Amino acid sequence: MASFLIRRLLYSIIVLFVVSFFAFAAVRATFNPLAKLAASKDVEVKQRESERLGLNRPMVVQYGDFMGKFVQGNWGQSESTHEAVSAMIQRSMVATLQLIIPGVILSIVAAIGLGVYSAVKQYSAGDYFLTAFSFVGIALPPFWFGLIAIEFLAVQPKSWFGLQQTPLYFVGLHSGDGAGVNWDYFRHLILPVLTLTVQIIAGWSRFQRASMLDVLSADYVRTAKAKGVPRKQVIFKHAFRNALVPMVTVMALDIGALFGGLVITESIFSIPGMGRMFLNALQNGDAPVLAVWVIVTAGFVLLFNLFADLTYGLLDPRVRLA
Amino acid sequence: MSFESEISPSAGSAGQPHFDRERVGDFQPGDMATQLEQGLGRENLVGLPEEGESQLSPGVEPEARTQWQLFFRRFLRHRLAVASLFVLIIMIVLCFGASWIAPYPKNAQDLLALPKPPSGAHWFGTDDLGRDEFTETLYAGQISLKIGIAVALLSTLIGTVFGAVAGYFRGWTDQLVMRITDLFLVVPQLVVLAIAIKRFGQSDTMIALVLAALFWMYVARVVRGQVLSVREKEFVEAARASGASAPRIITRHILPNIIGPIMVNATLAVAGAIIAESTLSFLGFGVQPPSTSWGNMLSNAEGAVGTPKAYLLYFPGLMIFITVLAVNFLGDGLRDAFDPQSHE
Repeated sequence: MASFLIRRLLYSIIVLFVVSFFAFAAVRATFNPLAKLAASKDVEVKQRESERLGLNRPMVVQYGDFMGKFVQGNWGQSESTHEAVSAMIQRSMVATLQLIIPGVILSIVAAIGLGVYSAVKQYSAGDYFLTAFSFVGIALPPFWFGLIAIEFLAVQPKSWFGLQQTPLYFVGLHSGDGAGVNWDYFRHLILPVLTLTVQIIAGWSRFQRASMLDVLSADYVRTAKAKGVPRKQVIFKHAFRNALVPMVTVMALDIGALFGGLVITESIFSIPGMGRMFLNALQNGDAPVLAVWVIVTAGFVLLFNLFADLTYGLLDPRVRLA
Repeated sequence: MSFESEISPSAGSAGQPHFDRERVGDFQPGDMATQLEQGLGRENLVGLPEEGESQLSPGVEPEARTQWQLFFRRFLRHRLAVASLFVLIIMIVLCFGASWIAPYPKNAQDLLALPKPPSGAHWFGTDDLGRDEFTETLYAGQISLKIGIAVALLSTLIGTVFGAVAGYFRGWTDQLVMRITDLFLVVPQLVVLAIAIKRFGQSDTMIALVLAALFWMYVARVVRGQVLSVREKEFVEAARASGASAPRIITRHILPNIIGPIMVNATLAVAGAIIAESTLSFLGFGVQPPSTSWGNMLSNAEGAVGTPKAYLLYFPGLMIFITVLAVNFLGDGLRDAFDPQSHE
């Protein structure tokens, strides 16, 4: 187990370094920090700026320099705002986590509940309905769902019921300078969380259903039924626990991808999280921010991948971690 | 990762669309009928050409059917998939026949009908420039569908080549290819897309190429897994013993046997690619004017939320939704038809 953990960890770190190199090289090749000097009449300004930023050195040396500082916690500063990148990431991460945490909790509860229900009541009306729901959820483009949700859950209800304000808000996380966890905050949170969870719930609940059906048809479940164990106990004690094992892997992998994956939700709902930070940096051609951003989000994906592998081995002793 | 395929049922689904998750014991409308037949002792009828054949008159040779005939029979039994195929054909005819079908010429402005909600004259209404939304939606569909199909074909081709090579040669080739797919799976896709498109330009072709470069890994993994199992079969060994070269064994003996999973994945990739293209275009990194796609129309209509023009949001989104839904059903039907055991 320990050697598996160490090998896995080392492998992840190597991947992270390779990814960071490509991210760095791609960003450097795409965004030229000297472009803004193109109009300058001073012929030597480019030369000076290039020397100041160390751009005349080979890419590998530049990368080594960048990574050396990165590891020490010096993540450089934004080219457009001159703010420390670490501070920007921290701030954005706080906003993004406010979507991820409720989103993930909601998804887990809903997907497991719906999936188990569907499996236990296979071919019932409810199962058919949930199947239809999941196909719809998977086929809905997330950004379109967000816009339609704003239209029909916030804007239209206002005129339907003759309200002063929309029942749900769709800009930011708080009204004005508000802060804290209050009713206003929830009214801001519902739509973006819904937007990010619909597709996830649809996918996860399908998987939970399949996994549960798989377990329900296993020999030991039949044995339990045959020896007269009450149905509820068979479903929840024998089947359900084992059906959760593959779910953990899927969930961990998807959650890892969320840290860099909320670009659309954050963009539609104007939430200053990681996704918006990326879009802004891209629009401004902010190379230092982009490079760090890719490394941080890839790091989360790798971390959750690692977590998925480990928990799977721990939960299912039949899996040989080698 | 060698251990991943061993321990994780959805090996490497990081950031991947959810469509290929439902392999095990999934629901299909045909299931009931199939189960009933099975309940009636299908196993005892093994010698029969196809389930459902009830003439057991002795002495009559059962009609021989090719694999493809069996496949079509199974596919036709999956009603939802057949219906989806029709929907897709209609969608393709509507979009690519737009110059004959659309009620107005492309980009024709009717300045007397500046943003008007749907009516008899303009089924989907008109946009800010007085263009007929229905006409524009059909023309935009050409780009969306073209990119979707191109990405699916291209990524399937790349993925099949990499997957087959990795699975057939194993060893360090396999290691190398799988490590590359790992790398591609770790980086958030949207980010790679956006940066690549900034770098290489935003032509429709480039968008398709970049999307294909990010979709091939899923096919590669599936193909590799399949090749790993098929390559151990006796007929492959026979081919090898009789001196067939590796390329010949792969293309003539192995690939024809795994065409099912490849086609299913290619179909599902169309759905993924259409959503990815529309998302990119929505964020402004996709198709650029004068080209329009569904995602790009939605991007232009984003400001219409909460205004009387909100109808501009409905139709391009509905087109994406209907197309993707139909493609997913079609993929499901193909999977069942290729692999009748998949739902037992």
